[in-house]
Amino acid sequence: MSQSKQNLLSNIVIYTLLVFGAMLTLVPFLYMISTALKGPVYVFEYPPRFIPAEPTLDNFIAAWTSKRFDRYFLNSLFVTIGTTLLVVFLSSMMAFAFARFNFVFKKTLYYSIMIFMMLPAMILIVPQFILASKLKLLDSLPAVIMVYTALNIPLNTFILTGFLKQVPKELEEAARIDGASSWSIYWKIMLPLSKPALATAAIFSSLGAWDEYVWALTVLNDPIKRTLPVGIAAFHGVFYSDWGLVFAASLIAILPTITLFILLQRYFVKGTISGAIKG
Amino acid sequence: MRLKSIRTSLVPYAFLLPGLLFLATWIVYPMIKALQISAYDWNIMPGQISEFIGLDNYIRAFHDGLFLLSFKNTLLYVVVTVCGQLLLGLFVALMLDHITKGRVFFRTIYYLPVVTSWVVVSLLFKYLFNSSPSGLINYLLVDILHLMSSHVPWLSEPQTSFIAIYCLGVWKGVGWTMVIFLAALQSIPSEFVEVASIDGASGRQIVRHITLPLLLPTIILVMIMLTIGAFQAYIQVALITGGGPVHRTEVLLSYMYDSAFTDLDFGYAAAQSYILIFVVFIISQSQLRLMKSESLQQE
Repeated sequence: MSQSKQNLLSNIVIYTLLVFGAMLTLVPFLYMISTALKGPVYVFEYPPRFIPAEPTLDNFIAAWTSKRFDRYFLNSLFVTIGTTLLVVFLSSMMAFAFARFNFVFKKTLYYSIMIFMMLPAMILIVPQFILASKLKLLDSLPAVIMVYTALNIPLNTFILTGFLKQVPKELEEAARIDGASSWSIYWKIMLPLSKPALATAAIFSSLGAWDEYVWALTVLNDPIKRTLPVGIAAFHGVFYSDWGLVFAASLIAILPTITLFILLQRYFVKGTISGAIKG
Repeated sequence: MRLKSIRTSLVPYAFLLPGLLFLATWIVYPMIKALQISAYDWNIMPGQISEFIGLDNYIRAFHDGLFLLSFKNTLLYVVVTVCGQLLLGLFVALMLDHITKGRVFFRTIYYLPVVTSWVVVSLLFKYLFNSSPSGLINYLLVDILHLMSSHVPWLSEPQTSFIAIYCLGVWKGVGWTMVIFLAALQSIPSEFVEVASIDGASGRQIVRHITLPLLLPTIILVMIMLTIGAFQAYIQVALITGGGPVHRTEVLLSYMYDSAFTDLDFGYAAAQSYILIFVVFIISQSQLRLMKSESLQQE
């Protein structure tokens, strides 16, 4: 009896703390939504209100129609799709080689690539900028895609190699006896089997590409080429105190990510655990 | 026959080649190039000659008060946010491991900041911590909770600016550590805990003598990842304070970025990059060593 009472008590304490923590996590988001729904007069009102006095969608309309925001959205979409396709394709090919073949320098190569996983990405920004300008790639979205792809390959190769190692040998051997080439084993057996791992890789590389800021800021000068994060940061600079507009734009930008996360949570969690790499 | 075996032995390289090309062009070559640039007084004008100055850029960094300040600021950011994320993430994970209902619900909420763009959350925290009485943090602390008597101009002083930046770093990362710890906790065989509780161990004793020792390798792994991550702090500083007032809140990467793209001093920026790689390498190596010695002690 006293045992179950104690359990009840500890459960009450735990749920109270969890709800409190959840509120600390959510309040900034809710306040962002509320601010985005306020007209400019109300953004600095005192006392601040959680429920806007006269909620309006003006900020969302203004954000979408002004300052080529729709263009930023398309640019981000292009960069994200390009990066994701390249990363998934190239990493799975590399993972196939590492998981299913033996060859000279295999270990050396694998571990060198794993070291790149630990490398702080931003420290390469100066030489990458010099290289991009030499290759006449400044202001080009493909330059953005290429760097994102290179930065995402190591982690995803690591995740996919782990996955492909678990595919039973018999499947591959049977196909070889039937005369299948390595390419068709990769394409027809390995890829279909590794769908869950490919989904994880796709999610992580698309999230990275959608949110990246520093390289895009550095290599893209032309305002029309901007991606969403660069556009939003610039929005903040231009409309200095117009927070309603900034947050309306921000919400449009994070809506796809949050939706994706809530729908595909399983993959996010799995990927976080198997990669254990901080995004 | 021989030709065929050479061809088969080339197959894995063919699969590696496209990916390796990307890595070689955009990671390996830049790494070597950065090392070279760091030894020059690099001239960004095409066709102009850059002067070779050996280690001068590195020596300069250690005499540069602003570089040292940004180093100190970065170390503080690393210590505060790594501890904060580690402790809170572990605490939340222990609680989530304990409950039976609503685990996925809470996990989803705590993970939301992790998947939200750094640019967006940085701007959001800048607004929450704005100096006017109508700033949400000021309003909560002064008017609602009465914890302070007057409104704080958070972002105009270095110390208080860093409070905002630390809060953001911890708030954004707790969900990530929690997910890793929760997975590790759920992989602990339940017999361990059951035996201990039959023997009359209290919940706190179980956590202290069974759960935590078993989690130690995960804790150190998470600590290494968080440390590497925290050294890369840039966006939050660039967008919340811009390194100001008068460079007092610069961190290593914001100072490096300004050296490169404001002062156009590429050589100096490249040297700073290499100092950062070196520091991150030393720290993660020593944490790894700590993990090895701890696991030896346990055996």
